[in-house]
Amino acid sequence: QLSLFRFTVKRPFSTSHSSVDSKEMKKFQLLAHKWWDEEGEYAALHSMNDIRVPFIRDTLLSMSSNYHPGNPLSGIKILDVGCGGGLLSEPLGRLGASVTGIDPVEDNIRTADQHKSFDPVLAKRIQYKSSSLEEIVEESMETFDVIVASEVVEHVADLEMFIKCCSQVLKPEGSLFITTINKTQLSYVLGIVVAEKIMGIVPEGTHEWEKFVSPEELERLLESNGFSVRTVNGMLYNPLSGSWGWMESTSLNYALHAVKSGAWAQSHATDTLPETDIQQRSATAG
Amino acid sequence: APLRSAASAPPLYDVVVSGGGMVGSAMAAVLGHDIHFHDKKIALLEAGPRKEYDHMPDSYSNRVSSISPGSATLLSSCGAWDHVCSLRFKPFRRMQVWDACSEAMIVFEKDDLDDMGYIVENDVIMSALTKQLDAVADRVEVFYRSRAVGYTWPLPSHSCDTSPWVQVELADGRRLQTKLLIGADGHNSVVRKKAEIKNIEHQYDQSAVVATLHLSEATDNNVAWQRFLPTGPIALLPLSDTASSLVWSTSHDHASELLAMDEESFVDSINSAFWSNINHSDFIDAAGAMFRSAISLLKPSGTAVRQLPPSVAKVDPESRAMFPLGMGHATEYVQHRVALIGDAAHRVHPLAGQGVNLGFGDIACLAHHLSAAAFNGSDLGSLKHLLKFETERQRHNVSLIAATDVLKRLYSTTLAPLVLLRTWGLQATNALPPVKVRI
Repeated sequence: QLSLFRFTVKRPFSTSHSSVDSKEMKKFQLLAHKWWDEEGEYAALHSMNDIRVPFIRDTLLSMSSNYHPGNPLSGIKILDVGCGGGLLSEPLGRLGASVTGIDPVEDNIRTADQHKSFDPVLAKRIQYKSSSLEEIVEESMETFDVIVASEVVEHVADLEMFIKCCSQVLKPEGSLFITTINKTQLSYVLGIVVAEKIMGIVPEGTHEWEKFVSPEELERLLESNGFSVRTVNGMLYNPLSGSWGWMESTSLNYALHAVKSGAWAQSHATDTLPETDIQQRSATAG
Repeated sequence: APLRSAASAPPLYDVVVSGGGMVGSAMAAVLGHDIHFHDKKIALLEAGPRKEYDHMPDSYSNRVSSISPGSATLLSSCGAWDHVCSLRFKPFRRMQVWDACSEAMIVFEKDDLDDMGYIVENDVIMSALTKQLDAVADRVEVFYRSRAVGYTWPLPSHSCDTSPWVQVELADGRRLQTKLLIGADGHNSVVRKKAEIKNIEHQYDQSAVVATLHLSEATDNNVAWQRFLPTGPIALLPLSDTASSLVWSTSHDHASELLAMDEESFVDSINSAFWSNINHSDFIDAAGAMFRSAISLLKPSGTAVRQLPPSVAKVDPESRAMFPLGMGHATEYVQHRVALIGDAAHRVHPLAGQGVNLGFGDIACLAHHLSAAAFNGSDLGSLKHLLKFETERQRHNVSLIAATDVLKRLYSTTLAPLVLLRTWGLQATNALPPVKVRI
């Protein structure tokens, strides 16, 4: 079956100015057709919807005063970065949001497009695009109310650039949701050795421990780039029941909610430095 | 990939309920009133025509159901119970069950002033549900005179070009698609058969005779009576102060006789069934009396006062009918994008008065899981939450169906050892509050 797939890998325009890692892309290419098998390689991601969708939904509901019964996320524009086959975009679309899903792997987008095409409601509410985050920044400045980056930041090449781009496409006071894996001894043992090599919960080679990021480090990067971190919750996967739950400790998986500072707060924060300086700094980073 | 052209595909529903009886209609009504289904599209398929229930006839219908308080709560949740109350129904406070072969008796009643249950004509329930379906017509489309003749099942994890939805073909050639198909089409369920779900079934060698009876004298009539005869249980369910509904389970031959005999003989048979001691034997009576004295030493309040059932004076002409009885249980209640509820999933003997209540219980459970799934943006046909429904309901239903079956067999005999066993068993159960409460 693999021979049927034509690889068209999008070249990042310059390795130092992209958060996309081409090695990572290749890994996901091979599994593009497996996304929607609920009991297949992506089973753990399917069941993660049981906690990440309510987390996103309830956080957004608590921040808004409108409620549309049947469509709680109606009127909200969401960007799903690294959407893969659309596992998270679809439930968010069903809840009423307008979702834009982007992923650098074309085969993923193809799979996602095909899967949503059978449901006329989803087909209208969700738009998929094969693209990296940087590529859409120019045309999408301050466009989205919400960005979700679920199980993505542990695969990006340049995390700080990724966060800056998120800030650029997010409206002021918009929300950023991240789920990812902590960088601890425990996450090496359970997240890589057990999950990949022993139990096969995650396809082998999916994760590299070096790229895991601790909530403290993530928080630091976010706060220094105009975000205010509101919530950090630990998550735990139970391989026997195949289900996720919340837990106190963030030593394995965790979910984070941050809010981009509002317009007036941003201008006050940048009081000491002229705007052009900041652009130059981010261009040479990484 | 290009978008499917909406014009060529059959209309897509979120849920299609196949079968517009009490259980199917209630399922559609409950989902239609669920807040998380506000913008969803539901279809209800009913093979028969739409019945108008605007005017209830003065005489009672001979098909009635015993509605438990839990079922009343479910009907309340979709606004149907209010209609039932404004039409007609009879609450009962007490249930007396006794053996024809001995003096053994068990009485159920609630210590508080709550009702134990309600006797409601099936037509009244249908009338109430039809009204509530009309109230959510923007969400629930009812297709009358629409028998489903064919179903096409999708492959479980589709990675190819075929539609992921269930295709439904109606007798007149129309087609529908749905994300979830709910089979509420009775004990000969077509949904179950086409889904190739194995069904464990057994025809009892009994038929139930139903009729509407008029009592000799007006009484409070808030007690439900059931006496176990060797040929089967006979039950009198209160409809009003002067009328009761008969459900008499007996052999096919006897049932036909009862239907054929003249009204006076019919009434005599009923009274004799309730009052006669012809099946008593001295041995059993003595053994029973001994056991009772033993109990009263240990537990003084353990024997209740025996009330006398009312006597019947007249039967409503044209109200006699019979239907065969059987037991059935589907080995699976769910598959990818399919769920069975009500008699399609399980069929039980009327002796426990549970039949439709099990169906309403299925609805409460399935609606709870579907509502949560809708609020999570999940695919409604996903096995993940359907399996939770199946586990919860099978756990509840199997023990009740098995127990009902055992009771039915236990009481179908006059053999002394078994009569003694059930006599003592009944007396002991009557004396033990924890067991009674569970029932």
